[in-house]
Amino acid sequence: MPEHEQLHVHAVNHSHQHPHDHEHPHDHGPGHHHQSPQTETISLEQNLLAKNDLLAARNRGWLAGRGVRAFNVMSSPGAGKTTLLVRTLADLGERLRAGVIEGDQETSLDADRIRAVGRPVIQINTGAGCHLDADMLRRGLDALDPETGSTVFIENVGNLVCPALFDLGETAKVVVVSVTEGDDKPQKYPHMFMAADLVIVNKSDLLPYVDFDVDECLRRIRQVNPRADFVTVSATTGEGLAAWYDWLDGITSRSDTSRSDTLTDSLTDAH
Amino acid sequence: MHELSITQGLVDAVLDRTGERTVTAVNLRVGALSGVLPDAMRFCFDVVSAGTPLAGARLWIDEPQGLARCRTCQDEFELPDLILLCQCGSADVEVLRGRELMLMSVEVA
Repeated sequence: MPEHEQLHVHAVNHSHQHPHDHEHPHDHGPGHHHQSPQTETISLEQNLLAKNDLLAARNRGWLAGRGVRAFNVMSSPGAGKTTLLVRTLADLGERLRAGVIEGDQETSLDADRIRAVGRPVIQINTGAGCHLDADMLRRGLDALDPETGSTVFIENVGNLVCPALFDLGETAKVVVVSVTEGDDKPQKYPHMFMAADLVIVNKSDLLPYVDFDVDECLRRIRQVNPRADFVTVSATTGEGLAAWYDWLDGITSRSDTSRSDTLTDSLTDAH
Repeated sequence: MHELSITQGLVDAVLDRTGERTVTAVNLRVGALSGVLPDAMRFCFDVVSAGTPLAGARLWIDEPQGLARCRTCQDEFELPDLILLCQCGSADVEVLRGRELMLMSVEVA
């Protein structure tokens, strides 16, 4: 056990025995009643994301039961998630029998683009919300009703911060970074790249015009995530997409390849 | 601002256990590498707890710093961020502490 692990041991009806190694920010002067004898301490010791993780586990079981693969696609706004999905659906949509769940704060513009390819799509508007959570995916799956053995792409809200913390129960997490964003993104947003099963560098057709070093980007990804797969593509020209399609073919519906469970375990065990 | 939904989840989780009882304090453990900002949670807590039995409760947040162990040289070292790199050059690093995101206990009247 780490040596300065704080023990919040609270006996019932005890007078204040908070073994702190930090200072209380409030005054302990006369008249200050800190925990009266009537106060009871209830030990909870649960992950703050426990409810989401439980719903995610249900999603994972539901998907596995139907043999449906679900890919949680995340990136900053404008990295090309929708363009990549439109191209992927045009090339493979029939074979994968793929549907899409679109997450955006507002509008159905992205869903309209998917629908134009002729594949089923459900739009979820999060309003003020900055990410999809497991409950939203549950509702999205209910509405999409994907058939057995099909594939679901979940286009998360464009955001490299918040979606990283919310397990949806997906089969794998795919993070897209575009060459116009800079090759230092993995270190600026380590939680997102740490969670990734696959990192796609998109807009490779623009590489001649921008200061983006693909090898440097991969090196930075490796510093936060030694195990993520990595492909470089241009969703516009089609360059490199074969590697992305091969990766998709290699992922089965079995959910045991996802490391989300591992993350939850490490969060739970770390205390 | 994922802290808002996490704090909403916190209040819901507490209310599940405490019901109508007045909650006077909430003890959390939010590690420095958890991806959640304690100050943002404090800000959200006042908003989310308003009108519930948690209104006015003190929010104590224990903030353990990052600690890691290198699986190659077995060295243990402070980890200020999620760049998993040991001084020996190995990136095979295990995070021992700092990713906690836990509701530890509550005090009820």
